[in-house]
Amino acid sequence: MPKLKVDGIDVEVPAGATVLQACEAAGKEIPRFCYHERLSIAGNCRMCLVEVKPGPPKPQASCALPAADGQEVRTDSAMTKKAREGVMEFLLINHPLDCPICDQGGECDLQDQSMAYGKGHSRYDENKRAVTEKYMGPIVKTVMTRCIQCTRCVRFAEEVAGVEEIGAIYRGENMQITTYLEHAATSELSGNVVDLCPVGALTSKPYAFEARPWELKKTPGIDVMDAVGTNVRLDSRGRQVLRSLPRINEDVNEEWASDKTRHAVDGLVRNRIDKPYVRVGGKLQSATWDEAFQAIARAAEGVTGNAIGGLAGDLAEVESVYALKTLLGAYGSSLHEARVDGALYDVSQPASWRFNPTIAGVEHAKAILLVGSNPRWEAPLVNTRIRKAIKRGAKVFAIGPQVDLTYPVEWLGEDIAALGDLPDALTQATDVIVIAGMGACTIEGGYGAARQTAAALGAGFGLLHTAAGRVGALELGFVTEGGLAAVAAAAPKLLFLLGVDETDLSAFDGAFKVYIGTHGDRGAHAADVILPGAAYTEKPGTWANLEGRVQRAERAVFPVGDGREDWTILRALSAVLGKTLPFDNLGALRAKIAGDHPTLANEGIALSGALDVAPRGGDVSGAIVYPITDFYLTNPIARSSPTMQRCSAELLHGETFAEAAE
Amino acid sequence: MLADKDRIFTNVYGFQDWRLAAARMRGDWDDTKALMLKGQDPIIDEMKASGLRGRGGAGFPTGTKWSFMPKEPKPGKPNFLVINADESEPGSCKDREIIRHDPHKLIEGALIAGYAMRARAAYIYIRGEYIREAETLFAAVAEAYDAGLIGRNACGSGYDFDVFVHRGAGAYICGEETAMLESLEGKKGQPRLKPPFPAGAGLYGCPTTVNNVESIAVGPTILRRGAGWFASFGAENNRGTKLFQISGHVNKPCVVEEAMSIPFRQLIDEHCGGIRGGWDNLLAVIPGGSSVPLVPAKDIMDAPMDFDGLRAVGSGLGTAAVIVMDKSTDIVRAISRISYFYKHESCGQCTPCREGTGWMWRVMERLREGHADVEEIDMLQEVTKQVEGHTICALGDAAAWPIQGLIRHFRPEIERRIAARKGGEAPLAVAAE
Repeated sequence: MPKLKVDGIDVEVPAGATVLQACEAAGKEIPRFCYHERLSIAGNCRMCLVEVKPGPPKPQASCALPAADGQEVRTDSAMTKKAREGVMEFLLINHPLDCPICDQGGECDLQDQSMAYGKGHSRYDENKRAVTEKYMGPIVKTVMTRCIQCTRCVRFAEEVAGVEEIGAIYRGENMQITTYLEHAATSELSGNVVDLCPVGALTSKPYAFEARPWELKKTPGIDVMDAVGTNVRLDSRGRQVLRSLPRINEDVNEEWASDKTRHAVDGLVRNRIDKPYVRVGGKLQSATWDEAFQAIARAAEGVTGNAIGGLAGDLAEVESVYALKTLLGAYGSSLHEARVDGALYDVSQPASWRFNPTIAGVEHAKAILLVGSNPRWEAPLVNTRIRKAIKRGAKVFAIGPQVDLTYPVEWLGEDIAALGDLPDALTQATDVIVIAGMGACTIEGGYGAARQTAAALGAGFGLLHTAAGRVGALELGFVTEGGLAAVAAAAPKLLFLLGVDETDLSAFDGAFKVYIGTHGDRGAHAADVILPGAAYTEKPGTWANLEGRVQRAERAVFPVGDGREDWTILRALSAVLGKTLPFDNLGALRAKIAGDHPTLANEGIALSGALDVAPRGGDVSGAIVYPITDFYLTNPIARSSPTMQRCSAELLHGETFAEAAE
Repeated sequence: MLADKDRIFTNVYGFQDWRLAAARMRGDWDDTKALMLKGQDPIIDEMKASGLRGRGGAGFPTGTKWSFMPKEPKPGKPNFLVINADESEPGSCKDREIIRHDPHKLIEGALIAGYAMRARAAYIYIRGEYIREAETLFAAVAEAYDAGLIGRNACGSGYDFDVFVHRGAGAYICGEETAMLESLEGKKGQPRLKPPFPAGAGLYGCPTTVNNVESIAVGPTILRRGAGWFASFGAENNRGTKLFQISGHVNKPCVVEEAMSIPFRQLIDEHCGGIRGGWDNLLAVIPGGSSVPLVPAKDIMDAPMDFDGLRAVGSGLGTAAVIVMDKSTDIVRAISRISYFYKHESCGQCTPCREGTGWMWRVMERLREGHADVEEIDMLQEVTKQVEGHTICALGDAAAWPIQGLIRHFRPEIERRIAARKGGEAPLAVAAE
């Protein structure tokens, strides 16, 4: 624990800390461009120079200098000030002063720091450098003349995203950052380099010239593109969410977000259901709320018990699922199911469906076994944690078709039967976790076998869900013995679909289907009545992520057209049906949920308790098929997003998008 | 003058063959096993006693550097010796002569040095443009392997030692020790942050010592003739003999081995036939390769050519690449050209050097023609100060010093050009190219 003085303030920092961290501990701001807490230290921007005694009579790069006992650091001395001014002057001589047309304006580190630490004028009288444009794909827009060569993007690509596709070529003042071959970076995390870039060299392509940061309303939200529950900040202007940026949450997403999280938001204003529809003579016709409710009331006449059912889709929040469950209960029905992907797993106790090792806990594993899961697509931010574990020496084994997970994996076969023949390196390892994906749970007995294996290895066991709404619905007990097949077998006459778009609904042909959702997608096409709901940005909602972590989002914008929050639709409908639900506002609804399911009342993660040993149903076999076939198009919002469509076409299907000559 | 019997590099002019048989005639590989049997620490002590300072430019005591290496390498983390033959400093051409004509001195030195520092292997990183030299070196290493001098059980000593020759791709910065390690590892040649120093974590994260060719090549001779013999040359703290490389406006430019601390005037008169046009025609000298400040004639004439003597006149010995300039030299243009070199060779990693070298060169180009204001001289001086000491490696310093030296000693000349330009006078006639 070195003790040192920063501007006369005594601080004590943990061993291994840098002088920069010591300065921050002392409450001193150190300007920096290349340094980033989550990336390796490059020490190349030289903006963080400070005066350090003892040491050579020149300023030191505080980001790279280990803090040592007895150091005297000055961040306010003439030497430090002069060094900062000098570096800032150098950074600006070749930086185009095009702030008025730069998308980074207003949130630019270079702008801010030149105001705070610069000299205010330039002595540079020569011509400025210009850099040829680069192409980095559909997410990242480049204006490389603005680049200050901090190499954050290079380090991110290599260290976090695991794709060595961004690098520097040439040298000296001709050094350029590029993807080498002018191909799109094939990372599902490429959008993060936009946040990392301290200047306007890498900006968001879909958001180009859309808005200035000070025009935007910022709302804390929870992402629903996967089950990780990325904490996001929704930036909206007027009635449209313009971008979704990660918020820092060390336990969930650190400060990253996948490209889908960031850029599917443009799907929120396209292909939307903005008014109720009723199927008349086989064709959907727009209707008023009243007409739609009357149509449902006619279908519900005389129907009781399990002749009425409900399915909760991938994006459904806890409140609406609870409302639907209560409504079904009023009819005496318990025919409801959240596992609409057809997967089967034990739902007897929370630990049986949760990701018990926790997302942050993955980092500390020594060995990881993936069973039927492609975490790179199913949960990119769990995949980054696995990468971190590997950096600490962990080994990864996987059962399933071989895919590029960005790190070395020992593939044990495509058939789940490989669980019966595990290598010694795994069976003898300590700190093992077994991650079972939906690819394993759709094979009969696959879930049980994976859990048995975890028990035999003494390993932590986690289920890698793919849908944001799934765990919340499971916590509410929105399941039926036997899963989706059992619901189909019960042949309900009236079926409520809470945004169910990933399920083949032909098994429910005989049912009168009421679809509550946001986009004209598969569920709406099959529906008899469509009720316009609210997307995840348009309602205050509660989601439980794959760990069972309860997280709440606020409303960023209002639903489009006649759309309403889903639970209010159910509440209004219940009155028409004569089964009025016992809550009139969100507070009352949440109070009811808290009463029935206390774990869902508190944000954060609730203990799931120990896991019972699962009964083994004999040897299992079957080829694993991963649940996600196209990372960019996994839900109706993403499918409606032009950005996601283009990502899919370009990155997954190899289409080229020639840039128009400028 | 250094007596012929005291010369280490007896074939520096290539009058004899470089091959193993001829090298053996000159005394190389003569009972190397006996040298090794002296023991590892005694070899290091002998090197320390000889007072040998690194010949690559910085002048760090070689024996001390070797002693930083772990005495007992950890399993899986062998020690490495890296030999810096990326001789790219303008004016320097000594390593080239050694490799061309006396490669076995280097290879034997590599074995001795590697053995002393418990290294598993030596990597010789040779400058990419040295094509013939690399061919010679490859052939010489092959000869040494065939003769059992290196490789398994080198020289019958029971010590296994490999020598690898690696060719650079033409980047000056790869002569910086940590950039060289990056380059050897197959990465972009960019200096690393220190700490950690190479002796702790160098090539592939293993303890590594990087030495200049000359420092390594003189090792066996020092051990054979004794530290006392070597230390009998040169002034206190600047011991030994040294290859001087004199280029520019002398009558006979040459590479010559001389005792350290030889006065400049003696060096030029005895080996180079004097200054072109006589001593009165001397304008300035860059005594240690392009990265050290120039020294005007009056200061250099009687200065001792060693580390401390040249520091006293505001410059440095560097690699002892002496660039002599007589009064026909356009001194501003000369320094401007050096500025261009550093602008061209900056790796681009850190800000002050990447942006500053280009700026300095552009201002120098204008000063050359007087196309500037007098205030810009001070601005340039300040810019050099903003680069110097603010960078990861020493290239920033090397780019700043020549300009600082010019402004220190030749400011009137720069001002004269500016005034002439302002006064509508035609710019100075430039020497024919």
